[in-house]
Amino acid sequence: MIRFSHVYKEYARGGLALEDVTFEVKKSEFCFLTGHSGAGKSTMLRLIHMADRPSRGEVRVSGYSSEGIRQREIALLRRKIGYVFQDFRLLQDRSAAANIAFALEVTGANRAVIRTKVGRLLAQVGLAAKAEALPSELSGGEQQRVAVARALAHDPLVLLADEPTGNLDERATWGIYELIRSINASGTAVLFATHNMDLVRRSPGTRVIEVDHGRIVFDSAAEAL
Amino acid sequence: MPYSLREAFNAFRRSPMLASLSIAMIGMSLLVVGLFGIAAYNIRRVIERMEARVEIVAYLRDSANPNDLQRAQQEIQKLEAVRGVTYISREQALDIARKELPEFQTLFGAMDGNPLPASFEISLRPGQKSAEAVRAIAQQVARYEFVEDVRYGNDWLDKIYLLRRVAGAATVILGAAFALVAALIIGAAIRIAIFARRDEISIMRLVGATDSFVRRPFLLEGLITGVCGGAFALILTYVTFRLLSNSLLQLEWVPLEWVVSILALGSVLGGIASAVAVRRHLQEI
Repeated sequence: MIRFSHVYKEYARGGLALEDVTFEVKKSEFCFLTGHSGAGKSTMLRLIHMADRPSRGEVRVSGYSSEGIRQREIALLRRKIGYVFQDFRLLQDRSAAANIAFALEVTGANRAVIRTKVGRLLAQVGLAAKAEALPSELSGGEQQRVAVARALAHDPLVLLADEPTGNLDERATWGIYELIRSINASGTAVLFATHNMDLVRRSPGTRVIEVDHGRIVFDSAAEAL
Repeated sequence: MPYSLREAFNAFRRSPMLASLSIAMIGMSLLVVGLFGIAAYNIRRVIERMEARVEIVAYLRDSANPNDLQRAQQEIQKLEAVRGVTYISREQALDIARKELPEFQTLFGAMDGNPLPASFEISLRPGQKSAEAVRAIAQQVARYEFVEDVRYGNDWLDKIYLLRRVAGAATVILGAAFALVAALIIGAAIRIAIFARRDEISIMRLVGATDSFVRRPFLLEGLITGVCGGAFALILTYVTFRLLSNSLLQLEWVPLEWVVSILALGSVLGGIASAVAVRRHLQEI
């Protein structure tokens, strides 16, 4: 599903964001990505999303390689990747339903499909009753649920979660975490970047990759081998 | 309505002030193009009317041999640019002068002889009346030794063609300059629109919209702004034309193709300017 092969990423101003990173995430796998701020977690997610290219090495995602991927292919690849962020990134002037519909609309889905799918996604994230609410009328946890629903609009093969609970209180954090676990249970691979070690500790048996100064310093899958 | 078109129209609803200002500025810029267009068109019409009256008159020496004159008339007639050659004898010239200049009847009566020379009046084919063509034929006719003088209004013909060239060049140069201004205005408006919608654009990319899909609403917005600016320029040009026609000058309104050209110029400018702006500024998001 996702394979990093000896990936290096240099900052534009010099210095290494990632150094010789090699790992693989399989289909339907759940994987924590931990490390302090600036360790390189977000850079890894951006490389998977092809928002950045490696300076050296190769990133392969669902058959697409970072070497020579074309702009149009990146757009197609992104329809297979859901992405949620710490700051939700919702359109403030659109309702919860419209935010989800937007993801389908801009990729050419027809109205009937959009209507059906938005209803199903809102129900899946537990917000069917708040379809017409604006983001400003929702709590942080609810806004993140809308963001997750939007990320699921294209039935992605993988969900990238970049500190999705970073702005949430403990109750909302667990709500979002449980939601993402349930998405993973239905077959979507998840890369969950976090420095909330409490979440990691309370998820025994889940794979953990720890990054420090751009290098993988711990991978529970490798340790197990 | 397709997403791109709907979003392009929504842009006008979201920022009506910005859209109105852009259209007004483009209209003012293209107004200059329109006014120079009217000036160039009217100068052209005047020249066409004057050209229709252009003819060459070759005055002949009294000593000219009738056989030589007949041969020369046939030779001149054969020239490609010449439509006809009429021989006007001295007597005919005097008759014409008496008819056309009745105020000099007394003078004509007091004259002993006929002071007027015989002449060839050479008319030219349409499209063969440029200053260069007329001058070339006049020089050719002047080579006959029995031709005393050739007149074709060379002074005013040169001046009118110079005026035409200056008006044409001014239209092109000023038109290009103001078209560039209009393009810069559209580019700036699109840049502001892109900046205002940067969150939307980044989400579109996040969820897998293609670049062409992201660009399309902005291109359409530029195109619509350009067409509206062109239409506004036409209205302003027409109002100015009516005011000038009623008070100062007798002017003719430009033909339909020219009107369509202004609208087309507006839309082309809008399309190109927004394409450049979108290409440049979308990369920044």
